[in-house]
Formats: sequence, structure tokens, C-alpha cells
Amino acid sequence: MNRLVVVAAVMLTVFGVSCKNKGQKSGAGKEAAAKVYVEPGKYDEFYNIVSGGFSGQMSVYGLPSGRLFRVIPVFSVDPTTGWGYSEETKPMLNTAHGFVPWDDSHHPALSVTSGAHDGRWAFINANNTPRIARIDMKTFRTVDIIEIPNSSGNHSSPFITQNSEYVVAGTRFSYPMDDDNSNPDVPINTYKQNFKGTVSFVSIDPKTGNMGLGFQLLLPGFNFDLARAGKLKSGDWVFFSCYNTEQANTLLEVNASQKDKDFIMAVNWKKCEELVKAGKATKKAVKFAHNTYSEETHSAKSEILKEVNMLDPKDFPGLVYFMPCPKSPHGCDVDPTGSYIVGSGKLAAVIPVFSFDKMLKAIEAKTFEGNFEGIPVLKYDAVLHGEVKKPGLGPLHTEFDGNGFAYTSFFVSSEIVKWNIEKLEVVDRVPTYYSIGHLCVPGGPTTKPHGKYVIAYNKITKDRYLPTGPELTQSAQLYSIEGDKMKLLLDFPTIGEPHYAEAIPAEMIVKNSVKIFKIEDNKHPYATKGEAQARVERKGNEVHVYMTSIRSHFTPDNIEGVKMGDVVYFHVTNLEQDWDVPHGFAIKGANNAELLIMPGETATLKWTPDRIGVFPMYCTDFCSALHQEMQGYVRVSPAGSSVPITFSTGATATPEPKK
Amino acid sequence: MKRKIVFGVVLMAGLVMAACGGNDSASGEANTSSATSENTSNQAADDGKGVGKFTNVELTNPLDQKMVSAGKLVYDMKCGSCHRLTNEKLVGPGWKGVTSRRKPEWIMNFATNVEEMLAKDPNAMAMLEECLVRMPNQNLSDDDARHVLEFMRNNDGVK
Ligand code: HEC
Ligand SMILES: [Cu+2]
Repeated sequence: MNRLVVVAAVMLTVFGVSCKNKGQKSGAGKEAAAKVYVEPGKYDEFYNIVSGGFSGQMSVYGLPSGRLFRVIPVFSVDPTTGWGYSEETKPMLNTAHGFVPWDDSHHPALSVTSGAHDGRWAFINANNTPRIARIDMKTFRTVDIIEIPNSSGNHSSPFITQNSEYVVAGTRFSYPMDDDNSNPDVPINTYKQNFKGTVSFVSIDPKTGNMGLGFQLLLPGFNFDLARAGKLKSGDWVFFSCYNTEQANTLLEVNASQKDKDFIMAVNWKKCEELVKAGKATKKAVKFAHNTYSEETHSAKSEILKEVNMLDPKDFPGLVYFMPCPKSPHGCDVDPTGSYIVGSGKLAAVIPVFSFDKMLKAIEAKTFEGNFEGIPVLKYDAVLHGEVKKPGLGPLHTEFDGNGFAYTSFFVSSEIVKWNIEKLEVVDRVPTYYSIGHLCVPGGPTTKPHGKYVIAYNKITKDRYLPTGPELTQSAQLYSIEGDKMKLLLDFPTIGEPHYAEAIPAEMIVKNSVKIFKIEDNKHPYATKGEAQARVERKGNEVHVYMTSIRSHFTPDNIEGVKMGDVVYFHVTNLEQDWDVPHGFAIKGANNAELLIMPGETATLKWTPDRIGVFPMYCTDFCSALHQEMQGYVRVSPAGSSVPITFSTGATATPEPKK
Repeated sequence: MKRKIVFGVVLMAGLVMAACGGNDSASGEANTSSATSENTSNQAADDGKGVGKFTNVELTNPLDQKMVSAGKLVYDMKCGSCHRLTNEKLVGPGWKGVTSRRKPEWIMNFATNVEEMLAKDPNAMAMLEECLVRMPNQNLSDDDARHVLEFMRNNDGVK
């Protein structure tokens, strides 16, 4: 029976390619529309915080409507908000490799208290140049980015511990470490001797959220894929999936699929923390950036830090154990009670479910089958709660509804499968269109799932939307999980590749949302708090324009005395104190784009004139009925010119003196 | 006489706007509350105190110079970009004579509750029709508003 379904599912995917969606159900019935309809002017029930995938950003949708509210710039420059273009935000994209304008983000993690959502912060990883960012949910802005040294491909990140003590960062690619004791210039085929892995624990200040590099663990060289912190009874532990325990450095598709089992790694972070506090960690010299953004100065700063606490688990037994897990595990998800760890072997025909209680017993009884580079490997049977048999093809990720059920995504058979955690029995399955990756139940990774929906984040949309050339939209699909049967309600397009997402009840965020920045509190060194202070100052060849904007004029709006060879900084303060009235700023020929300035904020555009003449500047955000009047001019004179610095607004030409 | 007619026209325009204003009003909350506050807005037109929480403002005599200087700081930071201190119009009307045109309560209500005033107060609505720029809510505290009022009185030559 089960097998038939699987075969059918395979048939479906195979034929899905050639026969498009002919004869294939759209999935949702007419009654689905009423379930996702949010009346104009009404709010959605949930925020859906979705990774922007290879856009490097984070996107925010409403559920159940699937409406896109916002793209929060994180790891990539953003032409809409000026992120990475304004002088204030450029430092946020600084790294030990310099300014990186575009990265790849995968997994949002929302802050938790006692294992449940608290609505304070969202975290997300940069995969390519390893970093973690923190977004403040009061402003929906990125306020903190920390780089992870000794890491390449920060994929198993930023999964969060149950009181937001740490977010983790596991290196996907092992490589010759870049710390002071390593020798990175080695032949690639010396993987086994020279390549190492690390996982990092990034600390979070409980009050401010400020991130710091708590400590790293030095681990055998293979690929660390995904992670989840334990909760409640397993709250002191974090679990990481590992593949390529074959330690292949080429054609991993084949060479990393040799072994029957790879590992889920269990790390006792509490013990690690104690050792670090007791000064037992080794200090390694590294180089990594820590960038923070202040909502008071409306500016970022970037520091390069030089040291990390490293623990080698070989020196400290009891920190790390491996649990064998079939066939290149990907997802590694902990149920809301903290009792079970679900491994998803990409190539496995079963879903193994590990028991935390059994793991502790096996550790105590030393039920080891051996060790891997000095780290104990527990016996599979000793830690296994059981296996879900024949669940589907290509299991990837699992989320939970808090009622004893798990929802696992199947990439190859394009479906979500619902199963009972205790009984390990499949109870329902629905097709996704197509090739689902991650999935999300609101609150699914927490101790208190909010339930109601499961959302599929698909890798392929093919025939679901009007075609737009070779590049198609990415997509999500919303299913109801309120009844016994999952029901498709809605397809909605997403940006980038929507890897993982979380969803949180709107009321946890809405009440804290900031509407304006108070001009009184603006501590930007170049703030202009009122038109009386507006001015232009020359410092050598730098010209600083202290400019204000209010509907519908700039002060000053006529500037003369700029010369070729000058670098002009427009520090624009938006004097509005009203919600939803940003002003923009653009000047012709600026090689560094434009600004968008929120009420009460100051932002700076750097402009290097490349020719003499008179250059218009204007507001790019339609701010009032007289928005088209919101403009001005800058005169640029030749290098040696004697035109003095002058500036004004509203001064009309003095008539030529009569002779 | 002439004044009355103008006022009547303005009032009409105001009512018409209130009736169709819902379409372009940005805030949903304002829409839902408009039905219930119809009465208050008529009253407001009657007593000239505007719509808002200030119903009785005690004036100082002589002027409180501390409040005047505090009011100047608020003016410089939050008002000066749109209001001259003469009777010359910039974005909004010049402030010369404003304390004789408007009751103190009206000024404080307008300064702190501008969205609702522009939606309901006939005098405010008439001004908007002329200026065509919505005065922003500049997020004043009650004290700020009182200080600005004192600053305006000073500007109007009150001792
Ligand atoms: C963006 C420009 C702008 C700013 C800033 C501004 N106003 Fe206004 N103000 C206006 C406009 C425009 C009007 C006319 C009504 C309308 O169109 O909304 C007005 C009208 C007024 C009036 C009525 C004047 C009269 O002659 O009856 C008062 C009082 C007032 N504003 C006070 C303030 C105070 C106090 C501040 C600072 C906290 C301030 N305004 C800041 C634009 C502004
Ligand atoms: Cu503007």
C-alpha cells in the first residue's frame, strides 16, 4: 500500500516534467479562497519570516494571505533602502575579506525564551562568507552582523538555544583552518590529514542581543549540514547533522555517498560553556569582523576582532558524541518535548528517530561502537527510538504541530508527510508543486507550536505561474493542518530561494513596532536638527552638507562653491516625525546611488562630481502633493575657481543693480 | 459679514470632505471613529477649540520665559522648516497673529492631534484646502505643545 503511494508519487514527479500540469489538480478547492482571504485594510494573523535565499536578504509575508510586506536587507546591498550604499550602512557589509555586497542566506531563527517565541529578534546566516545577522523585530532592521572565522559555508546556522543563549554556526566545508596554528597552503587531496571542521557558538547578550563569538569546537574534517538545539530536558545539547564522513574532497555526489551511515553529532554546550568560563579553552589567533548598527547614531561601525576560544573535544571527554544516522542526513530536528531527534537521510528509505533518554543512557553505559578521530560513536540501536518505514523519497526537514505529529518534507517525491512521533506511523500525505525543500509550521521548532498551517518552500515552480522567461519565481504553498487531512490553500511567490522560514503570531510583533525615530534622540554626528542648523562646511577638499528634508523642500536647496576635486557628503536629516513619511535623496551622476531616509533619521550620500556644471538633486519618495517641487541644485566650479561656499533655500535672485 | 460667508463655505467644504475623505485618509482607525465623532466635531466648530484632549488651557500672565525658550527649541527643530514667524506663508501659514486667530486649545490640539483635526475640524480642513500639504504629526509631548504656544504668544507680542 505504502509502496504504491511512493511509486505513484515517483510517477507523478517523473511525468510531471513532460505533461506539465495537464490533469494535475491545482490542489486547492474554491472554499480555500475564503480561508486565505484577508479583507483590504485588515491584518494577517501571522508574520512569515522567510529567508531570501541567494538574494542574501530576509523577506516578510503575511499569513494566511501570502502578501509580501517587506524585504529586509541583510547580507546584500539594497537599492530600495540604500543599505550598503549610504556611508552609514557600508560598514555592515564589511568582513575580514573586505566589503562583500552579496551573500546567500538560508535559515531564519526567531529568538526564544523558555523554548517559545518571544518576538524580540530574528537571526539569519550568510552561507558563503560565513556570518550571522541579527534583525531587531522592533524596526525590522539588521543591527548586528558577526563573521565566523575558521568556517567555510556557514550552513548549519543560526539555530538557537532555548533561552537565546547562543546561535550556532557549523562549517559546511571542512578545510585547512585559518587560525594561527594551521597550514592552509596544502594539496587539496590531503583532506584527511589537513582539513578540519568547526562548530561555533555565538553568544547573545540577553538584554541587548549583541552577539559575540562565544567559543568554537575543533572537529574532524567532514561536512556539517544542519542543526537544532535541544529543548526542555535536552536543552543543554545541540544536534548537528554531518555528511561526507568518507572525507572525500572531489565528486562528493558519489564519493560522499559510500557509507551506510553518517552522523548526527550531539554537543553538550552547557559543559563547553563551563570549560570556557573556567579558562580551559585555547586562544586562537583569527580575524573576523563584528559590525553593529546603532538606532541612536543611525550609523554602523565595523571592528576586526582577533581571537577565539577553541575547545578540542578530544581533550575534554563528555562534550561531543556521534550517533550513526543513515545516508547523508540533512535535517536534524528536535520535537517540542525535547525527547526526540529526527534525522532525515537524503538517500535513506526510512526516517530514523533518536531518543534523547536513550542517548543519555548509552553515554552513561558507554555503549559505543568505536570512535571517530577520538570522538565516541554511540551504537545506532542503543539510541534509536524507531524508524518511520517507507515514508517517501528524499526526506529533508521536519516540523512539529505540538499535538504529537511531525511533518516531513520529501524533495524527490514532492510531498509533505504527516506522521505520529510516538507510533512512527504515517497518517497523511499531500503533494507539493514541486520539489519541496524546507517547510514551516508556525512555532514548529519551539516548545509551543502555534500550529494551524504548514508552509512548503519549493525549489521548482515550472508551470504554476505565468512564465517569465527562463527564470521563474520561487514559491511557497500554504496548507491547513487543522483537520486530520492537510489541505492546500494557497500558492504564493517568494524572492530568492526561500530556504527555511519561521512564522510567529502577529500580535507578538505588532505591539512593539517602531513608527518613527525621535529627532530629539538622533545622535548622528552630522544630524541637522532643524533648518536653522542647515549649512555647508568645507574641510579641505571635503564638503559636508548638513541638509534637512521635510515635505516638500530641502534646506539648503541651492549650493554653490563646490569645486572639481571635492568630495561632497550630503548628510540628510528627515525632520518629519510622522509614521510612513520617508524622503529620498538623489543627485545626478552619483556613482553611489541614492538614499531613503526614515522620519527622524540621518543618512549620508557621498558624491564625487566628475565635471563642472549645475546638478539637480531631488526627493525620490512621493512625500506630498508638492513632491515634484522637492528639488534643488548644486553648482560645481573648476578646481581653481574663486566661487565661495554659499547655500540657501527660498532666496530669490537680487535684481541687477540699476546703472 | 464677509467672514461669516467664507466660514459657511468652508464649513460646507469641510463636511463634504469629511464625507468623502475616507478614501484617501491613510489610517483605518480614523475611518472607523469618524462616525462617532461627527458630533464632537460640530461642537468643536462651535467652541473653536478644535478636536483633541485640550479643552481648557490656563494662560500665564506675564509670559513664562522658560516656556518661551523651551518652545523656541521645539520650533527650531520641528516647526521652523514650514512656518515663518512673520505672516509670510511657507509650507504652512506664518505664525504672526496665530494666537489671535486661534484659541490656545485649538493650537495645542492642532499641534498634537493633527490627523484628526485635518479630518474633522472645519478650520483645519479649510487650511489644508489652501496649503494642499498635510501638516505632519511632529510627535510633540503635551509639554512641548504648551511651550510652543508660549513661544507663539511671545512672537505675537504678548508680555
Ligand atoms: C511639513 C511642514 C510643516 C511642519 C514641519 C509643521 N507644520 Fe504646522 N502647518 C503646516 C501646514 C501645511 C499647515 C496648514 C494646514 C495643512 O495644510 O495641513 C499648518 C498649520 C499649522 C497651524 C495653524 C496655523 C494657522 O494660521 O491657523 C499651527 C498652529 C501649526 N501648524 C503648528 C505647528 C507646530 C507647532 C509645528 C511644529 C511642532 C508645525 N506646525 C510644524 C505645515 C507644517
Ligand atoms: Cu520628499
